[in-house]
Amino acid sequence: MTKQVKQIDRVVIRFAGDSGDGMQLTGDRFTSETATFGNDLSTLPNFPAEIRAPAGTLPGVSSFQLHFADHDILTPGDAPTVLVAMNPAALKANIRDLPRGAEIIVNTDEFSKRAMAKVGYATNPLEDGSLDAYNIHAVPLTTLTVDSLAEFDISKKDAERAKNMFALGLLSWLYHRPTESTIAFLKKKFAKLPVIAEANVAAFKAGWNFGETTEGFAVSYEIAPAKLPSGTYRNITGNLALSYGLVAAGQRAQLPVYLGSYPITPASDILHELSKHKNFDVRTFQAEDEIAGIGAALGASFGGALGVTTTSGPGVALKSEAIGLAVSLELPLLIVDVQRGGPSTGLPTKTEQSDLLQAMFGRNGEAPVPIVAPRTAGDCFDAAIEAARIALKYRTPVFLLSDGYLANGSEPWRIPAVDDLPDLRVEFATEPNHELEDGSKVFWPYKRDEETLARPWAVPGTAGLEHRIGGIEKADGTGAINYEPANHDFMVRIRQAKVDGIAKDIEPLEVDDPTGDAKVLVVGWGSTYGPIAAGVRRVRGQGGKVAQAHFRHLNPFPANTAEVLKKYDKVIVPEMNLGQLALLLRGKYLVDAIAYNQVRGLPFKAEELAGVIQEVIESV
Amino acid sequence: MSEATASANGAAGPGAGFPSLTLVPKTDAKQSMKDFKSDQEVRWCPGCGDYAILAAVQGFLPELGLRKENIVFISGIGCSSRFPYYMNTFGMHSIHGRAPAIATGLASSRQDLSVWVVTGDGDALSIGGNHLIHALRRNVNLKILLFNNRIYGLTKGQYSPTSETGKVTKSTPLGSLDHPFNPVSLAIGAEATFVARTIDSDRKHLTSVLREAAAHPGTALVEIYQNCNIFNDGAFDQLKDPDTRDDVTIRLEHGQPIKFGKDLQFGVVRGAAGSLDVAEVAQVGEDALVVHDAHAENPELAFALSRLGDLTSNYHTPIGVFRNVERPVYDTLMADQLAADTTARGTGDLASLIAGNDTWTIA
Repeated sequence: MTKQVKQIDRVVIRFAGDSGDGMQLTGDRFTSETATFGNDLSTLPNFPAEIRAPAGTLPGVSSFQLHFADHDILTPGDAPTVLVAMNPAALKANIRDLPRGAEIIVNTDEFSKRAMAKVGYATNPLEDGSLDAYNIHAVPLTTLTVDSLAEFDISKKDAERAKNMFALGLLSWLYHRPTESTIAFLKKKFAKLPVIAEANVAAFKAGWNFGETTEGFAVSYEIAPAKLPSGTYRNITGNLALSYGLVAAGQRAQLPVYLGSYPITPASDILHELSKHKNFDVRTFQAEDEIAGIGAALGASFGGALGVTTTSGPGVALKSEAIGLAVSLELPLLIVDVQRGGPSTGLPTKTEQSDLLQAMFGRNGEAPVPIVAPRTAGDCFDAAIEAARIALKYRTPVFLLSDGYLANGSEPWRIPAVDDLPDLRVEFATEPNHELEDGSKVFWPYKRDEETLARPWAVPGTAGLEHRIGGIEKADGTGAINYEPANHDFMVRIRQAKVDGIAKDIEPLEVDDPTGDAKVLVVGWGSTYGPIAAGVRRVRGQGGKVAQAHFRHLNPFPANTAEVLKKYDKVIVPEMNLGQLALLLRGKYLVDAIAYNQVRGLPFKAEELAGVIQEVIESV
Repeated sequence: MSEATASANGAAGPGAGFPSLTLVPKTDAKQSMKDFKSDQEVRWCPGCGDYAILAAVQGFLPELGLRKENIVFISGIGCSSRFPYYMNTFGMHSIHGRAPAIATGLASSRQDLSVWVVTGDGDALSIGGNHLIHALRRNVNLKILLFNNRIYGLTKGQYSPTSETGKVTKSTPLGSLDHPFNPVSLAIGAEATFVARTIDSDRKHLTSVLREAAAHPGTALVEIYQNCNIFNDGAFDQLKDPDTRDDVTIRLEHGQPIKFGKDLQFGVVRGAAGSLDVAEVAQVGEDALVVHDAHAENPELAFALSRLGDLTSNYHTPIGVFRNVERPVYDTLMADQLAADTTARGTGDLASLIAGNDTWTIA
């Protein structure tokens, strides 16, 4: 039987099942095959905070969405055009996101009366006509998997567990994915259990063959590789890119990296990753709590390392006092906040960008801290290096604000040449830097560089530069304890001036305004870049005129910010919070920014933003 | 091995006999107490026990023979935590309770430093209790000097976690309800490898304890009974008054039968259910006395000794080194892991790390 092959330009697939069904792994593998094939892609894993929520329930559903295309894409897709549902709960939890006509591949083996009743299906949705608007492929995935593994000497349970690989094989056939990498992956993953490895490979191949032979799938699809800029690519998640950025920063600064961290979702993977790279002079310290994590990092910075602490919002709250100390000590320190839904414990596994004001103001006293935010998963690499550059050059703690969407989502990343990365080398102080009236030379720990206003970094072990620093207000220059009113006023202002002065040393805010006469500007920061850019594309595709700008530096803002904002009649600020950047822009630039906000734990949809932009354009 | 290691292990003289400091560079210059005094005016209340401790530390450090730029004092918040400002070494006056965490980061990334933590009973045992116990169990190469005056001084006189139950203070006008910590018991329970107690006013004893602590590879906790003459004056008078001190203080010496009293008429013997009791030597005989063994792997004796003193009356307070055992040092383990990984895999290559194993090229 020769099957029809259709050429299409893009697909959005969502794999959904129980948290124990291996959906994240299945999604990862499909992503890897797709990356190797050369499509552009973007992913959105979405899973519960519980490790294994009760089986078959709605809260236990874990999903992985993947958007891939033959052209450059910006988001994981608004709505899946294909849903793989491993059980009734996965179907029920995801069906409302599907447009009419979407393909649904369901594992019919799991549609028992009891399983359906558990999620509130009184009748079988596969038979009662409620899914008539969709293209249903009813496949007994579990039975087919178990049957295909009859020859293997493994338990029925182990055979059943390979059903995700059967599904992966089927989807790989359906979209003409290369299979070599998945087979190699399975052999490596189960190297210690060769029978399980072989069984999973067999299930994967059986899924592929099933697609090829069954009449249930008449058509398969080809999506040509995307024409991305030339270079060598890999697929990368935000947390991995950020980890590599930290390693690269240490290498380019020729400094040891010291990570003090306490495990917290969704930041823990950075700790896991850095702990693998000891041969890059990277020390990782899993501390007793968040405060000890930053404390140890700051202690290491005092000793001349690039101190880093990684956390999420609740951890930042605990670290606040130590961040204030770092502001006062004026030592380099990176605070990586992989933001998640808040307040309090909030939504540990879901994304949000609601820590901007915490990063900006969440300390006692006037304690300015520079803020850098990556815009895509791959950009986490460059943003980490940029944050380190500022920290090292200006001797200051710096916030790096990633989020759950960037952390776990992935995209193709053009691998940079190491020699093109910025040179971050610093000079430690080695000599006295001040001459007293009597002509004697002394070391003043708070005598600043005239250009950067940074103070010297004099590390223990440097003869003649012994000095004491601390959180009590210090005298300008000498750094001795000082409570004088004028001195405190001066020190507060000079610390602020140092951070403000960084504006001269960062790239200006770039505006994308192809026609040059748009009246509406959309401004964002962080991970909303993709959805905003996709929304802007849609509007332009329909003839609308709109400009886009995206902040990488949020403190200080780029020097041309006021000029940019003033040029437009309307400024829209979409954020996954209740208007934090909008508040800052209104306060600092007196711009009547239109805040558009949602805090659903998921990224914006391009269509939704396109609608918002269009509405504002029409109102001008 | 660095040169510092070789010279420290070889030569006698200053610095010899301090196995914890083999990687810290030594000086040939003759040092005196004066070299360790900073130019800052000391601002503790007149009569504060902290002065005596500062003098003892400044007087002792020349013995180590270290280059003073390789010595770092890190403190938290409280009266005692002003200590680093008065030392002409590197120093950091940090935030409340966090000094052990900050010092852990420094010590575990710089084995060439001698790192000291100065803290108080509130700083170490209340707000910073978590960091203290974890530093102790990890056995980071830190020397922690815990100034215990059983009161909050800098906030003007509230009870502390070592204050006796029922203490009347500004925040407890009807008496405190809290049961106090015994810092030595706590440290032993937290897997500390070195635990000692001494007294601010006994310069000789204090110095001898500092000497043993400095030599210990790993975390050394030294509890120093310190008089706050403003808010808790006389808290340790029984241990200082010439009329009572010999009969209430038990001076521990490793390998010696535990005897005390003006005429060494008292001794420590095994009691019921694993506890220790005080008895008259004449009644129980010399052979019944417990011989102190600070090096015992099993912390049972050290712990039982820590329970002997009455924290309210100060009667039968052991001072000296309770426990001094060897266990791998955290900083060394961390450095060894880095070195072993680098030996096994070679120095990391950034280009190949970021490329990974799964790439594709677009022309």
